Amino acid sequence: MTGAWRGLLPLTALLLGGADVRPTQEYLSPEIREAQEDPSRHPGWLWVEEGEALWRAGEKPCASCHGGIAGMTGVAARYPAVASDGELLDLEGRIERCRTQHQGEASFGRESEALLALTAAIALQSRGMPVAVATDGPAAPFLEEGRRFYQTRQGQLNLSCGQCHDDNAGRRLRGDVISNGLGTGYPAYRLEWNTMGSLHRRLRACSLGVRAEQFPPGSREYLTLELFLASRAKGLPIEAPGLRR
Amino acid sequence: MPTLPITARITLPPSAQRGEVVTVRVLVRHPMERAVDAPGLTPLPRKILHTLRVTYAGEEVFRMALSPGIAANPYLEFTTVATETGDLVFTWEEDGGTLYQREARLVVT
Repeated sequence: MTGAWRGLLPLTALLLGGADVRPTQEYLSPEIREAQEDPSRHPGWLWVEEGEALWRAGEKPCASCHGGIAGMTGVAARYPAVASDGELLDLEGRIERCRTQHQGEASFGRESEALLALTAAIALQSRGMPVAVATDGPAAPFLEEGRRFYQTRQGQLNLSCGQCHDDNAGRRLRGDVISNGLGTGYPAYRLEWNTMGSLHRRLRACSLGVRAEQFPPGSREYLTLELFLASRAKGLPIEAPGLRR
Repeated sequence: MPTLPITARITLPPSAQRGEVVTVRVLVRHPMERAVDAPGLTPLPRKILHTLRVTYAGEEVFRMALSPGIAANPYLEFTTVATETGDLVFTWEEDGGTLYQREARLVVT
């Protein structure tokens, strides 16, 4: 590579970076991609079934206000979103709030089987729909925070998210293909975990990967990052419940 | 011996013709705890579903021994010949002797 080309590289990456964000399913192996589309082979559907049962369960079930779960169509595509009190909520956060404020029940807790199951069942209703998060108005400052987090070099490896997920997307890392780092498939069944997990759990794995601080699921850092990732995914299809390596 | 229900997804064709080879897909929710004892892990006794037996209209059509190397929530697929409308009964045996059972009906036309 000549010196002149080397100088141009960041510019080309910059030009491509914004435009060339592809859905994660295009980075999956053909086998995983096929299984992701096949409920008879996708273990995530075990959680979906449990979530659909939870939708109708309890003293004051979700269904008593919202009706059938099919009424949740398109909801997952709009999260994370800013609530009326100004707090940024992801889909899990919204469900937990419903539990404690409207249903009078104890919250499930982040990464609990029940919360993952209910989130997966609700997200499924938006499968294939384009991501349509609001990034203006009250969401704008959160978006900027998430963007800053995404662009900041972190950890002992001193890497920013984009150095893998923009500059090296499509290349291999530790036996897998680097995607554009979208959250559209979460909650997802990850083969490495042998179970369902949230996007925040996946982000913790990224933080660990660059030897940076791991934030707890539901933390402001990951919530704002999730919003920024969703803004990158605008117009791309929801894949949840996803299937990942 | 009494059996317990278990979360499973059994996928059959909606109906089959007599003599047709049908594919049966089975996904079952189970941690398949394989007793790994390593630094940083809490040792747990092995607890896997070690056997799956499937009967169709009362006759055994499939049996499998599952090993500790099989991932959690094991998925498997087998074929059988459609003979008559009847129930496929899936029985998993777990370490410790617990039996779990699920049924699925195969409609033969």
